[in-house]
Amino acid sequence: MAIQIQVNGKPHIVDTEAQTPLLYALRNDCDINSAKYGCGAGQCGACTVIVNGNPIRSCITPVSAISGNITTLENYQNDPVLKALNKAFITEQAAQCGFCIAGMMMSAKVLLDKNKNPSDTQIKNALNGNLCRCGTYSRILKAVKLAVKELA
Amino acid sequence: MNAPFKNSRRQFLFQSTGLVIGFTVGSELVADNTAPDLPIDLKNNLNINSWLYVDPTGKIDVYSGKVEFGQGIATAFRQIVADEMDVNIERVNILPCVTGIAPNEGVTSGSQSVEFGGLALRYACAQARGTLLEKASMSLNVPVSDLSIKDGVITAKNGETANYWRLTSTELLQQKADGKYKPKGINNFQYIGQSVQRIDIPAKVSGSVAYVQDMKFPGMLHARVVRPPAPRAKLISFNESVIKSMPGVVGIVKNGSFLAVIAKREEQAINALNEAKKQSKWEMANDLPNNQAEWLKTMIDSPNLDTEHGVKKDPSKQGKKTIGGDFTKPFIAHASIGPSCAIGILKDGVTTIYNHAQGMYPLQRDIVKALQVPPEKVICVHREGSGMYGQSGADDVALDAALIAREFPNQHIRVQWMRDDEFKWEPYNSAMTVKIRASLDESGTITNWTQDIYSNTHSTRPGEKEGNNLISSWYMANPQKRSPVTNIPLPAGGSHRNGIPLYSFPNQQINNHLVQEMPIRVSAFRTLGAFANIFAIESMMDKLAKEANADPVEFRLRHLQNQRGKDVILKVAEMSNWKPNPKRVKKNGKLYGRGMAFSQYKNLQVYCAVVTDIEVDANGKIRVTDVWAAAEAGLIINPDGFKNQIEGGLIQTISWTLFEEVKFNKTGIQTASWADYPILRFEDVPNIQVELINRPNEKSIGVGEGNAPIVGAIANALAMATNGRVYDLPLSPPKVKKLFT
Repeated sequence: MAIQIQVNGKPHIVDTEAQTPLLYALRNDCDINSAKYGCGAGQCGACTVIVNGNPIRSCITPVSAISGNITTLENYQNDPVLKALNKAFITEQAAQCGFCIAGMMMSAKVLLDKNKNPSDTQIKNALNGNLCRCGTYSRILKAVKLAVKELA
Repeated sequence: MNAPFKNSRRQFLFQSTGLVIGFTVGSELVADNTAPDLPIDLKNNLNINSWLYVDPTGKIDVYSGKVEFGQGIATAFRQIVADEMDVNIERVNILPCVTGIAPNEGVTSGSQSVEFGGLALRYACAQARGTLLEKASMSLNVPVSDLSIKDGVITAKNGETANYWRLTSTELLQQKADGKYKPKGINNFQYIGQSVQRIDIPAKVSGSVAYVQDMKFPGMLHARVVRPPAPRAKLISFNESVIKSMPGVVGIVKNGSFLAVIAKREEQAINALNEAKKQSKWEMANDLPNNQAEWLKTMIDSPNLDTEHGVKKDPSKQGKKTIGGDFTKPFIAHASIGPSCAIGILKDGVTTIYNHAQGMYPLQRDIVKALQVPPEKVICVHREGSGMYGQSGADDVALDAALIAREFPNQHIRVQWMRDDEFKWEPYNSAMTVKIRASLDESGTITNWTQDIYSNTHSTRPGEKEGNNLISSWYMANPQKRSPVTNIPLPAGGSHRNGIPLYSFPNQQINNHLVQEMPIRVSAFRTLGAFANIFAIESMMDKLAKEANADPVEFRLRHLQNQRGKDVILKVAEMSNWKPNPKRVKKNGKLYGRGMAFSQYKNLQVYCAVVTDIEVDANGKIRVTDVWAAAEAGLIINPDGFKNQIEGGLIQTISWTLFEEVKFNKTGIQTASWADYPILRFEDVPNIQVELINRPNEKSIGVGEGNAPIVGAIANALAMATNGRVYDLPLSPPKVKKLFT
């Protein structure tokens, strides 16, 4: 069936089943790379995207269940918060393999959209559902804090 | 990203023949005993043009056999090449490793890329630069000593200029390394020693194509492998027709017990996989050990390959009191965030595989064996994937792609392992037991040290002479056998990596017991056997210090003769404001402790000393609150990259220490998801401070695996906090709680 979704402001028609996870529609039909397959069970956060201001685990969310625009990291040039995060992650060199990073940035954006001056604990809580295996957490924390400063 | 070759000549050769052209270097290592004293990787790949190409458009293309996986090696190589060639760093392209084109540097492992690959590049560049200077000298008719170089422009004292881009030709670097030109001295570096930003990060933080998982080709098909329910299970029956009638399914591949489903869309392949699991019947082997404890006992009791190491005898020095400890660790998973992935295509008789494994040449070798084709019929192309901390499923999925692509010629096949495939089928870090007995004399000096190490091998990587180490080759209709079990020899060591303490004892013996039986698949994982050995050695050092009423820092310094080792210990003591004989603190129902530990990785590479502060709550949960680390690795190429590796390694090792254990029983591996295998999350991230010591006059040594000492620091902090000790990793709440209840 043809399902319409809107990604970073652009409409897309996806020809798939209603229950197909949003992740595959994004990656294979909408030219999105940032949302990653990590676990398929909503446990690692690598597939996180934003819908209506909320972080969504796209690997367990049916494509037909989405109403509203889907924001992904690819939109960073048009989104001041994502742009600040992009810059800060480069400045702090806050990645090793980087596979978790887009998901981290999505969770961070949701936080920064709601809270302009989060504490370390608030940042850690907001990102606690995103797993990193390379151990880059302390740099990710620094990068989010730098983005907060940039946006102030 | 889809065009790996910037060098148009190579691209032409590659495209026009579809074959591997040996004009620079073949896939076989060149064993040339007549070569001068050159770095080993250069000796094995003597042709200078197999390393680099000076492109007339103003670029320098570098063909490294080492691969990037987020450790920053491409950036370090850019720094090295820019400095040795005297060009701006923007001109340097590090091309991904492609078999038949890049020099064969084996596997990117063991923190050896800068030390070996980087050194080979320095020599290759020095010779290229020297050759260009000679050419300029002839064309300008001035002696070489009158020439200087800036960004590839060669200027003579008389003001005349030449430049690399006009002097270069395709023949220029068709020459063998001869060691005539030596790399630069330390005072002439512009980029080496600077925290140059990583070249791979921008794509990773902007949603660009950065990984093999992101590559797309027109008409690409999606495949999933239907793995057996457990190791060594055999496929008895499979209802093909049900699967073939599913939406989007274009076929299956069945080869003995290797089974795969192929579909047009990714979700269709996943649906087919889930249905295929229901439609297949397997004969189970039920031959795994019942549990961890049983297996650890079997490892000690079974006949093993026993070897002795580091034997020292001084009958005049004997101790009065002997103490000991038996330290154990479970199987640990690599657990990369992204499961393994490969894209393969068979075209004109050549199978090309895009993949993120750590060694393209060793991988090619085993794929060739499985497909039973000549080596030039398989090309392995490196693309980054999720984190590589040793041998994950990355190599295996490449063979999966090759086996499937063979049945669907001229179409790109993308094979993505599912989360449970990765957890259940990747080769783990071996379970181990390390038993230590040590004696002290009356002055509190260690006189005797005996250490028994029980472990499986720590490397079953592909690329061996005999056998095939890729799992799907074991399940084919004509199954292949895994390679004979070997142990990486000392001084680097495999199971006995860091098995010989760096401290000096008059009587010493290390007995290595290599366990041959291998019911649970194991292979290389960051630090190999060093993690268990350092856990055991550094825990014993603290026990002995306590027995001798000595401060743990002072006690270590007293037994260490290695000055570089002493310096990192002194540095971390200063950073952490270490006070002699720190005492436990009890506050608000929590226990607090501080511990330290030290090692030099492999006794050859980075020196790292660590202090940790921990808190232990009433349930026995440990939280590492603060970490200080001092590290030294000779000449530093990229300080921030070095720090990033140390910080990340320490955090990863806290996770191994506190949380990680692969679960299994007779019927199979019971770890399938992150719920079964928790790793450290943000809530448990400590404050962490890393400081580096630079020794520009010492050669650069590997920095990627300085992480292991933190296990000892945590264990020692726990011992201080509780007056007890947990000998069996992970240091999980039930075990910790027993120490104080």
